[in-house]
Amino acid sequence: MLCQICGKNPATVHFTEIHDNTMSEIHVCERCAQERGLQAPQAKQKFDIADLIAGMVDSVTSTEEERVGHVQCPRCGMLYSAFKETGRLGCAECYQAFQFQLRPLLRRIHGDTRHKGKSPARDGEGVSRSRQMQRLYDELQRAVEREEFERAAELRDEIQQLEKEDKATQTEKPR
Amino acid sequence: MSPPLDDLDALVRGPSPWLDGSGPKADIVVSTRVRLARNLRHVPFTHRARDEQLQGVMATVTGALQRAPSFSQGLLLKMTELGPVDRQVLVERHLVSHELGDGAKPRGIFIAPGERLSLMINEEDHLRLQAMASGIQPAEAWTAADHADDELGQSLDFAFSDEIGYLTSCPTNTGTGLRASVLIHLPALVLLQEIQKVLKSIMQVGLNVRGLYGEHSDVMGNLFQVSNQTTLGQSERDSIESLERVTRQVIETEERARERLVRDARIQTEDKVWRAYGILRYCRSIASQEVINLCSAVRLGVSMGLPGLCPLRVVNELLVLTQPAHLQRAHGGELTLAERNVYRAQLVRERLATAAREAGPAGNP
Ligand SMILES: [Zn+2]
Ligand SMILES: [Zn+2]
Repeated sequence: MLCQICGKNPATVHFTEIHDNTMSEIHVCERCAQERGLQAPQAKQKFDIADLIAGMVDSVTSTEEERVGHVQCPRCGMLYSAFKETGRLGCAECYQAFQFQLRPLLRRIHGDTRHKGKSPARDGEGVSRSRQMQRLYDELQRAVEREEFERAAELRDEIQQLEKEDKATQTEKPR
Repeated sequence: MSPPLDDLDALVRGPSPWLDGSGPKADIVVSTRVRLARNLRHVPFTHRARDEQLQGVMATVTGALQRAPSFSQGLLLKMTELGPVDRQVLVERHLVSHELGDGAKPRGIFIAPGERLSLMINEEDHLRLQAMASGIQPAEAWTAADHADDELGQSLDFAFSDEIGYLTSCPTNTGTGLRASVLIHLPALVLLQEIQKVLKSIMQVGLNVRGLYGEHSDVMGNLFQVSNQTTLGQSERDSIESLERVTRQVIETEERARERLVRDARIQTEDKVWRAYGILRYCRSIASQEVINLCSAVRLGVSMGLPGLCPLRVVNELLVLTQPAHLQRAHGGELTLAERNVYRAQLVRERLATAAREAGPAGNP
């Protein structure tokens, strides 16, 4: 294919131009493209984005990794890089300090990142109720997804009951 | 109700009570174990804590134990005060892990009477609560562990986050900190070469399974441990129920395999059982691993209802009492490998002879 402008050189730059809602393909040679200030957006863009992603990934993994490796737990002084080596965290606070790195890791290990089990006895009724509420909401969502509407109705009633109890305790002993 | 525990001698005299073979399906499932990992909020995890901090954990936890009814009249053993044989005895009884067994750090174990409940202190996590039961009883073991955990939680401030649950040293335990497992005996599936398929299907439903490996990394005694793998996004009940459900399926598969074994190869199977019993009953020198493998055949025979073999309880006892540390403690001194094999053979013969006497003339094959 020859250049659509000079008609002499082979068209090596291709781009799509949109004018008044009509799309037309333009094929020109490199020289004409430069002279007319035309850039091949498609080709150029493709190259750039791929490059950018590659570059970004590179820079993210190397510098981010380095930055992340230097994240340190303010309580026990454990470095994230040390955790990566040993697989053991240093203290409870490490979970907070490394939370952004740990979340994907926990998801990989467990397929989930939210606790659905019991809570310490001394945390009292309030916390266990809020977790129970969370569990009920989760179950409700699943029931709706599976179109188990009878189950969903039961769950909704349970949630309403729990909310009522919650309000009752809150008015009993205001904080 | 079990009598209070005075010292290690009282403990070692008999086998662990949960090995008495009394639980449901105990002929296939040796035992059930539920473990909970907990840490104190304000102390670095064990591997990163200084010795005085670990001493502090010991003191705090010991105090909490005194206020916990589940642990009343138990026995506290400090690893630093035990010799290597005594520490190994505890490992052989599944009361402490290999890690805790090394004895260099301020570590300890609290054992409730009956050994059904125990608490390791300063293992990988500050607290490792463990409940044991005979046969397949995950729900019962969980209930016991749950209660004891609540009691301890009254006076201990556990590291816990609303979002991700109990915070543990290793992220594989984060969340519930629960590891529920069964020790299951699958000789027929191994004999019929269907075990790999079964193990694979267990893993496909998200459970962990591993054989009890001996020195040469072959599976010993056809024993396998099945346990839950995930601790986040799954409640304790969910984990317990799924372990129970899958284990019951495996039991059924094993039972069907045994039926086929009896139908298609009764003589060969019985021959294998009786030869194993014969060796155990009359041997003069025997290695630990051989005892375990022969016990597997005898256990199969007992489960098949062959008359004249020993009770299940005795098979379970032999598995524990013939291990090196138990043997040396029973003998009252260190033994070389060769001496151990001779002494082990003597112990096995005596236990089986006693069992046969107890069974009376009808008990003789
Ligand atoms: Zn041109
Ligand atoms: Zn830390």
